[in-house]
Amino acid sequence: MNKSQSSSDEIITNGSVSSSSSFLKLLTALVKNKWALISVVWLFFIIFVAIFASELSPLDPNKNHIMERVSPPLTLDKKGDMKYLIGSDALGRDGLSRLIYGAQVSLLVGFTAVFIGGLIGTLLGILAGYYGRLTDDIIMRLADIQLAFPFILLAILFLVVLGEGLINLILVLGVGQWVTYARIARAQTISQKEKEYVEAAKALGVSNFNIMFGSILPNIFAPLIVIASFNVASVILAEAALSFLGLGVPPQIPTWGAMLAESRDHIFAKRWWLPFFPGMAILITVLAFNIVGDWLRDYLDPRLKEIE
Amino acid sequence: MFLYILRRLPQTILVIFGVTLVTFIALQIGGDPTYLFISDRASPEEIEATRIKLGFDKPLYIQYFNYVIKLLQLDFGNSLYFGQSAMTIILETLPATLELTIFSMFIAIFGSIPFGIFAAVYRGTWIDGTLMAIAMLGQSIPSFWLGIMCILYISLNVDWLPISGHVPFLMPLFEGNFIEAFKNLPITLTYLILPGFAVAFYSVARNARLIRSSMLEVLSQDYVRTAKSKGLTNYVVIMRHAMRNAWLPVVTIIGLEFGFMISGVVVVEVIFAWPGLGRTIFDAIANRDIPLVQAAVVVISVFVIIINLITDLVYAKLDPRIKL
Repeated sequence: MNKSQSSSDEIITNGSVSSSSSFLKLLTALVKNKWALISVVWLFFIIFVAIFASELSPLDPNKNHIMERVSPPLTLDKKGDMKYLIGSDALGRDGLSRLIYGAQVSLLVGFTAVFIGGLIGTLLGILAGYYGRLTDDIIMRLADIQLAFPFILLAILFLVVLGEGLINLILVLGVGQWVTYARIARAQTISQKEKEYVEAAKALGVSNFNIMFGSILPNIFAPLIVIASFNVASVILAEAALSFLGLGVPPQIPTWGAMLAESRDHIFAKRWWLPFFPGMAILITVLAFNIVGDWLRDYLDPRLKEIE
Repeated sequence: MFLYILRRLPQTILVIFGVTLVTFIALQIGGDPTYLFISDRASPEEIEATRIKLGFDKPLYIQYFNYVIKLLQLDFGNSLYFGQSAMTIILETLPATLELTIFSMFIAIFGSIPFGIFAAVYRGTWIDGTLMAIAMLGQSIPSFWLGIMCILYISLNVDWLPISGHVPFLMPLFEGNFIEAFKNLPITLTYLILPGFAVAFYSVARNARLIRSSMLEVLSQDYVRTAKSKGLTNYVVIMRHAMRNAWLPVVTIIGLEFGFMISGVVVVEVIFAWPGLGRTIFDAIANRDIPLVQAAVVVISVFVIIINLITDLVYAKLDPRIKL
């Protein structure tokens, strides 16, 4: 292989050419940023908790202890051991266990919905940007229509009709996210389309499909990852809001949003622990995703750093 | 201007058409929509009768056509739970929601300006750091949780502000009763503060970050340096020269803000027992009152679209760079 060909190969696949060394660079940059590091550690911790929920939770999250309803935090059992570290709810269910299981739903919904939305959006965005004209018009008008709706209302309407359930929730939240990705992917594709490597690929007779997803996609991946990180945060917030309105998963599955909804009747009795802990769990997790998103953006796109 | 409206209008109509189509499809997506309108214990005869009465036995395109004709007459059918027209219920609760939305927008706009300017002017200092940390926090707090915490710590513990309740301002205003409306206003505002803050905090945080970065950009411009070297005080430079240009990106998002605010309002209303559309939607969800939910979604969406159109037109009028 002669020299010029190998360098053009490198340009075409520069997204993955030196993945191990760029990963190391990413890690070094991460360690230098205190808050981003703490956030990443928290996210790994919460993922770990979600995966091993059944081992980690001290009690069965759905078992009622009728005699021990609304126990405040740090309630001990008869032997003097810790029973309800963060209190129990109106049915005497252990708050900590429900909080631990709640991480499962929040993260599962957050990641899968963003994945679905990202997939659809990126696909449509690249198509719109690459082909332009009518394809572009149709896709972007669809995006306009979707943006006209306050998203949460649209989700409410679909979920009321479809009924509660994890799959429905993920689908509705996922489909709701595509516009952001489509717009970014489209704009990026339009600017990449004019570059030499695309023209070179065209001249070599590479198919449109391979140009779009083999050559352009790796080059526009960075901004999409940044968006995805912020997006997980907003999907978790939306899931909590929908659960709070009674449109989330079935009631026997504990979620942070549903815990907040259940706490509503106890505000006036000042049972602060009922809303406090699930709210903090949402807040810290969402904050962590936002901080990581901010840091990733600065890391992947130094131009933005100059402005700030 | 006229040409701009002419160009912008078909786009708006297309979007409204999309709204009707999506809300129509939403009802069909779970299978035969007849079952959404009757109880679980209905007999086969009752089901059949309802299907014919609501027109679900007809082909889809005729159903859609009838749906649009009814929408044009502002007829959303009757609420399953209350039995009265869904539109009437919405018109009764809409003013309370608008009060909260508009108030929240005020907080979002006027709260974020000093916030962002301070951060930009004291860039890199602890003031900037603290303000931006608060902004980051603000973008991560669920508004309804903030509402609950406000009630717990501000209303119940220190008793500064009323916990929940509502004194109407817009309703008497719409009815032409100006004296009552303005007599109510001071009390209306005290009831608005907590829910308004809970709704607006997210937007304050986001706008503050936006204002900060657009302010930083403006502060590095030549004309700001010129103004400074003329010997003008920092205050004058910022207020008279920099602010004017830092405003533009903020104005752009105000239109979008409205739709966003309404989403927050819907959820926060539930906590503060605010007698608005959000509360209505919440009850309608619990009662599976589909026509009411559908009507609320259509009305709010069309409202948001029209507000967006108006902001676009105002913006086009303000910014000479947009060709009319």
